Amino acid sequence: MTHLGYLLAGWGITLGALGIYAFRLAVRGRSLAVRVPVERRRWMTSEDDS
Amino acid sequence: MTNPPLDLPAHTGSRTTQVLGAAVLVGVATMILLGFFVAPEDDLMADSVRMIFVHVPSAILTYVAFSVTAVGSVMWLWKRSVWWDIVAHSSAEIGVVFCGLTLITGSIWGRPTWNTYWEWGDVRLVTTLILFVMMIGYLAVRSMGGDESAVATRAAVVGVIAAINIPIINRSVEWWADRTLHQQSSITDGKLEDWTLFTMFLGIVVWGVFYTWSMTHRFRIAWLERELRDGDLDEAIAARRAEAAASGGVS
Repeated sequence: MTHLGYLLAGWGITLGALGIYAFRLAVRGRSLAVRVPVERRRWMTSEDDS
Repeated sequence: MTNPPLDLPAHTGSRTTQVLGAAVLVGVATMILLGFFVAPEDDLMADSVRMIFVHVPSAILTYVAFSVTAVGSVMWLWKRSVWWDIVAHSSAEIGVVFCGLTLITGSIWGRPTWNTYWEWGDVRLVTTLILFVMMIGYLAVRSMGGDESAVATRAAVVGVIAAINIPIINRSVEWWADRTLHQQSSITDGKLEDWTLFTMFLGIVVWGVFYTWSMTHRFRIAWLERELRDGDLDEAIAARRAEAAASGGVS
């Protein structure tokens, strides 16, 4: 396959960046959620989407 | 303080985000399979055409994310809706990630295709860079301290002005056809092979699902941050009142 180095760099950076961003969102959400009283976490009180 | 019901999770996920996240993982695995092993090489660009599967979806989701920011900004300026303000902020942050990836993957793709990582004379490259810098500015404005409403208004103005750039970037290869290394639209010119086109569309869908997943989490994070600030404020006010009452009502 030609240009394999460029392809791996482009795909690797893209998937790596999206993965790290997603991970950071999940961690940030977790650390915030435990600090906010449950009655203020409005979207989580829905029966079919909790 | 009320005790939390046991079934409420201490995170920003939900059944919907779990399904979306799983769909993204399956979608990315399928993209890798199709992109590297099924889609054929291009007559002109050889295997470097496989960069299209991550570059074009990133560019399209950049447009989507910053357009949502513009809509949210307008709604904030018009209705003073906090919900829309959070939508605008959340979408801007995700858009900056996609826009950065568009610039990076485009630059990497440019080296084997155009023999250069960057060309300052290319209108699409420069206007995309301007959009990226403007949205970094948007996030910088948002991170400034001070009155929340004033910060949201300043950021909204930046968000709306930045969005003017989106149609310019999109049409630049036609308006300045002699000042770009970019080809005309890859989707409508009919020059791409079937599997190449299919994989690129799959990439757009998968990136779209990722955007939805991220937006959901990012919105909830922003909401939690707001609730936390309001909660701290409520506690501070209550403490101050208690202090004033204890000292005989003198505040």
